[in-house]
Parts: sequence; C-alpha cells; structure tokens
Amino acid sequence: MAWTRKDLLTIRDLDAGEITLLVDTAASLQEIATREIKKVPALRGKTIVNLFYEASTRTRTSFEIAGKWLSADVVNISGSSSSAAKGESILDTAKNIEAMSPDVVVVRHRSAGAAELLARELACSIVNAGDGAHEHPTQALLDLLTIRERKGHFEGLHVAIVGDIAHSRVARSNLHAMRKLGMTVTVAGPPTLIPPFVQELGAKVSYRLEDAIRDVDVIMMLRLQQERMTRGLIPSLREYSRYWGLSLEKLAAHARSDVVIMHPGPVNRGVELSPEVADGPYSVILDQVAKGVAVRMGVLVLLAGRKDERAA
Amino acid sequence: MNMLIRNGRVIDPANGVDAQADVLVADGVIQRVGPSLPAPAKGDVLEAAGKVVCPGFIDIHVHLREPGYEYKETVATGTRAAAAGGFTAVCCMANTDPVNDNRSVTDYILAKARSEGVVRVYPIGAVTRGLGGTELAELAELAEAGCVAFSDDGNVVADAGLYRRAMEYTLPFGTPVISHAEDPHLARGTCMNEGIVSTELGLAGAPAAAEDVMVARDILLAELTGAHVHIAHLSTAGAVRLVRDAKARGVRVTAEVTPHHLVLTEDAVRGYDPNTKMNPPLRTKRDVEALAEALADGTIDCIATDHAPHSLAEKEGAFDDAAFGIVGLETAVSLLLDRLVRGGVLPLATLVSRLSTDPARLLRLRGGSLGAGAPADITILDLDAEVRVEPERFHSRSRNTPFRGFTLRGRPWKTIVGGRVVSP
Repeated sequence: MAWTRKDLLTIRDLDAGEITLLVDTAASLQEIATREIKKVPALRGKTIVNLFYEASTRTRTSFEIAGKWLSADVVNISGSSSSAAKGESILDTAKNIEAMSPDVVVVRHRSAGAAELLARELACSIVNAGDGAHEHPTQALLDLLTIRERKGHFEGLHVAIVGDIAHSRVARSNLHAMRKLGMTVTVAGPPTLIPPFVQELGAKVSYRLEDAIRDVDVIMMLRLQQERMTRGLIPSLREYSRYWGLSLEKLAAHARSDVVIMHPGPVNRGVELSPEVADGPYSVILDQVAKGVAVRMGVLVLLAGRKDERAA
Repeated sequence: MNMLIRNGRVIDPANGVDAQADVLVADGVIQRVGPSLPAPAKGDVLEAAGKVVCPGFIDIHVHLREPGYEYKETVATGTRAAAAGGFTAVCCMANTDPVNDNRSVTDYILAKARSEGVVRVYPIGAVTRGLGGTELAELAELAEAGCVAFSDDGNVVADAGLYRRAMEYTLPFGTPVISHAEDPHLARGTCMNEGIVSTELGLAGAPAAAEDVMVARDILLAELTGAHVHIAHLSTAGAVRLVRDAKARGVRVTAEVTPHHLVLTEDAVRGYDPNTKMNPPLRTKRDVEALAEALADGTIDCIATDHAPHSLAEKEGAFDDAAFGIVGLETAVSLLLDRLVRGGVLPLATLVSRLSTDPARLLRLRGGSLGAGAPADITILDLDAEVRVEPERFHSRSRNTPFRGFTLRGRPWKTIVGGRVVSP
C-alpha cells in the first residue's frame, strides 16, 4: 500500500488501510528517538512551514522536532506574531507562504475547514494540525499507536471518550479512526456536551461516567474548556469535576484493572483528571506525547515522499 | 410604449387565464389579452410563440445595499440583476447604512430608483430605530414616504412587547410586519443547521427550533393584534406546520420561501464553501420536501430570493468567519423552472402565481396581473433554453452563489416594465 494523497486533512476521508499505513510508518520511525544522533536525511532539502493560528505546545513542538530529525528546514509562524495580527486573511498569508515554495504547510486554525480551504488553494501538501471542532488527525494517529503498543491490536477494543465531545476535534478524529479499525467507541459526558446525532457516526452514548468506563480497554479523557460554563453548558467546574472527573476511587470501583488512561493534553488537573490518575500507573499521557513525534515524522515522510514520486 | 406580444402561452393567475393569446400594451398599461389582436399602429410586435407570458415577477425580499454598502450592490446594479433574472419589481430591506428607519433614507432610495433603477423598487422600512430593537422607528412617516412593509430582518426584534406595539401601530397603514423568525439565543454563535452534518463538520449549528419558536411567537402576536405578519424565508417543516395551523384558524399570517431552501440541503455545506452559508441555514431533505408541499398547497404564499450580495473578501475565507447570505435574483427563475416545475414538484401556473400574483397581493403592490388597466409589467419565460450559471456574467455587483456551474433548463426570456423591455 502506498500513500497517494497530497494532504492529510481528516481521518474521515481515509480508509482503514491508509490509517494502518500511517500508524505503521510512525512505528518504524520511533527508534530514531533512541539514537545518539537523532537525525536522518529523509527530508533533506525540504521546507516545512508550521502555520499555527492557535496556541499549541505539544503539537507545534512535535511537528518541529519531527521535521528537524528528518533533516527538513522548519519554519514556525504563529498567529499572534504574523501578519494575521495585522488583518491579513488566512488565504493571503498562505498564498504568500506558498510563494516561498514550501513542501509542506502544517496548519492549525480555530475555524473548522481551514485546512481544507488551504488544501484547495495551495499546490503544496497541507497537514491539518487541528481545525476548530472538526478534526485533528495526527492526534488520533498517535493515540492509535499508543493503544496498539499497549493492547497489541485494534479490532474488538472498546474505548470510552469522556468529556466535551461537542467541541472536540480529538474526539471526532478518534471516533472515525477507531470505528474504521473495528473498535467500539462510547462517548460520554453531560448531554450538553454531546453533539447531536453522534450515534450516526457510529458512537454509543453514555450520560454516566461510571457506566461509560465499565469494561472498556481505554479511557480517553478530554480537556474541559473553561469557557463552557459561561455558555450555560455546565453549571460549574466543581459540579463537572464531581460527576465527570476521573479519580482513583472511581477507577477502582468501576473500571477494569488493565484499563489505559489517555488524555490529549493539556490536562486540567483536578477537573477532568485527578493528579493521582494523571500521574498514576494507568496513565499513558506522556507516552502519547512521545509517540506524537514519531507520528508526525511518519506523516511528513509520506506526504513529502509522495511528492518525489510524482516529480520522478 | 406600445407593444403586441404575439402568440405566447399567457398565464395570468389573477384572472384565471392559461391559454395561447396575444397581449396588447399601450402607454405602459395592459390594454387587452386575447386571440389574434391587431398590432398597434405605432410600436413593436414581440413574437412569443413557444414562450410563456406572465405577470411581472416580484421579489419581496432583496438587499440592494444602498446607501452604505455600495461595494456589495447598488440600486442600479441590483435592479439590473433583477431585470436579468426576470423580476419587474423588488422590495428592498432596511439594513442599509444609514438604516432605512426615517423618511430621508426612504426618499433617497426612491430617488435612486427613479434615476438609476431599471425595475420598480419598493422600500421596506425598519421596525425599530437603527434596527436596535428598543425604540419604534417613525413608522407612519415611513409608510407615507412609500415603505410597503416593515422589518428589522436579521436583527430580530427580541422584545415581544415592542414587536406587539409595532404590529398595532402599523395596523392603519395596511403594511405587514415581516419577520425573520429566529430566536437569537438558540441561534447564538451558529453558522449552519444543527444536525448530523454540523456534528461531522465541527460547526456550531442552529436547531430548527430556533426558527419554530419565533414563528410560533409571531403567529400568537398576529392573533393578539389582528395585524398581518409575514414570515420571511420559511425553512423548517415545523414552521410550515405552525403556519398551516394558524392559517386554518384564520390568523393573518403569510409566508415566503427562497429558491435555495427549496433546492439545497445541509449536505451542500460539506466542503465548507462559504457560499452555502446563509440565515436561515440550509436544512434537511425532510424540510425541503415540506417546503415544496407547502408552496404547492398555498401554505407558503410566495417565493422571495433574500438576495444578499457580499463581496468576495466576505465570502472566501473560513466558513465560520464568512458573511451570511447569497445572491439570488439571477438564478431564481432558472432554478425554479428546472428543479421544481421540470422536477414535477410544482405546476408552472402555481409557480407563476407564487412569483407574481401572490407577492403583489401580500404587499398590496400594483402588478401581479395581466388584466386590462394593470401596469404592463411582464415576464416572458423560455422553458427550453439551457443556461449554465456563470457568476462572472451576473449583473449584480456580487458573485456569492452556491450554484456556480449548475446547468439548468428554462430561463427568463424578456423582462418588461411599464411596457418597456428592460432585459435583455
């Protein structure tokens, strides 16, 4: 199986074979992190632009490290420091960047569809690093790689995704990916944070944490955005954390002993995760971050590599 | 201004005519409709064999954008677009800058229409000062100046008490209040219909209930006050049901629907094209079917385009950032002929009525009839011509249409205002 797409915009568009190829490629690149000299020449002479209109620590840094380990030239542009702050539209900014001949543009933007907009307008490869509440495909891929290493396979696993599903691009990308790979997905949260018709995307829905985490192989906790209270979606952080926060007691009482706890970060300690859970033996949160670099290397290699095939 | 339109199929719903006939026009007025009329001594003969001759189409929901937003549209370009699209009259909404909430703005629009307009222009006045929703505009003077209805359109009057007073105050003028029915709280921050597509795309959706609760409120206020409330751009099956029930109870409520809500569903938003973003949003197949049925049975009285021109810069970026609205004047008739009439959803005579006789009746406008003595505002259709939607060729100043590249059968052939051919 070979990669043929110009861009990586969504998981929804991919088939199981493509998702597996991305995960396998990432897995094969993991050992670079263990080398004394973390550098391979795979993308020498390639230029990667990280165009981040939204704050990001993990994703931007791991794309940057991934590009550098692959010997690409990496440039970071953030929304607040760029001409976007002077009122330039995303399209104009992107067209100006393209005029400087990058091979890949990695984009994060608060608007759903922003990556697709750039992909339509620009000839270079686009990687979606998060567009509004739509998708965050590389996050789903690193979650998959983490799960496979812990559980050995995908088929038949049951995952609970807990929290603000409605506003989560991580939830959407994971839901698509997991369903395509034969996993069962339960999304859980107060009804105000569950998007309408999510069952039609193949998810089961639960409104009770204790039920949602019973008998699942993986629990993925999502970050609760603080501003959700002012929109009337939850009454208070206190109440949210009481009913939807994951504590060691709830885990012991309701979850399986071999359950794996994931979180895309950044964690609101004491809100959706108690510190004991975040740092405890079930947690693979830092492992997810490490996998992030491998996944982004894999994506960059496949996209930029495809470009070479076309030129040849 | 003398003219004989010969041998067309004349459809004149106001007079129950659907027959092969000639139409004789003199001095800007319809003289006679009948077989084998003699050509006038001075004047033109228009051979209309194979064409359909209708009362001039009237679009009661248009944004001409002048004064204030001339970069989007002007009275001149908007009325040229109307003429090209087969419309002989348009009613223009009040959300200009300054707002049409006082006589001087109404006078300005009408003066522009006289000097630069190519079709008839009827202004709609604001309900509240500055569309602010807190104080009534000078409604009596606006009516006297020529406003044919009152509406704050997208700036919904959330204060039901104030809206009630507006309905009562305007009762003596015979002008309806036009409601853009949308609960501002249920719809806050949304940019499309709430449903499976919004969930998938990660866009904030407005539930159909945001429209339905406001339609219900306005029906109840119409019942309370005895005023005529006209619901703009109905888009949900629930709102259709509410209007149908209210009409059965004798409430003075009427409604319009746009061509795009009859033709497209929320599925069109996949791909994030900002030209599929409008308010109310594109809904579901079930809603589209309910709207078509309601248009056929008369629950929905007329078709209006909600022609909402925006510049490219306002419609090319991210979906959630883009302006609401699309242009409609130059695609409406072809869409309706192809998708509704040719599609077997609506008889041609009903379509003609919903575009001419019915809107004229709702707003008590001259026209909508080919009876002797009516103004010679006439739209002639060619049902067979195939057109491809090419926004570059629009007369409108704006190009924001989701129908680019559509191939449609049927189009306006001639548009005649006051006995003069204004398009093509």
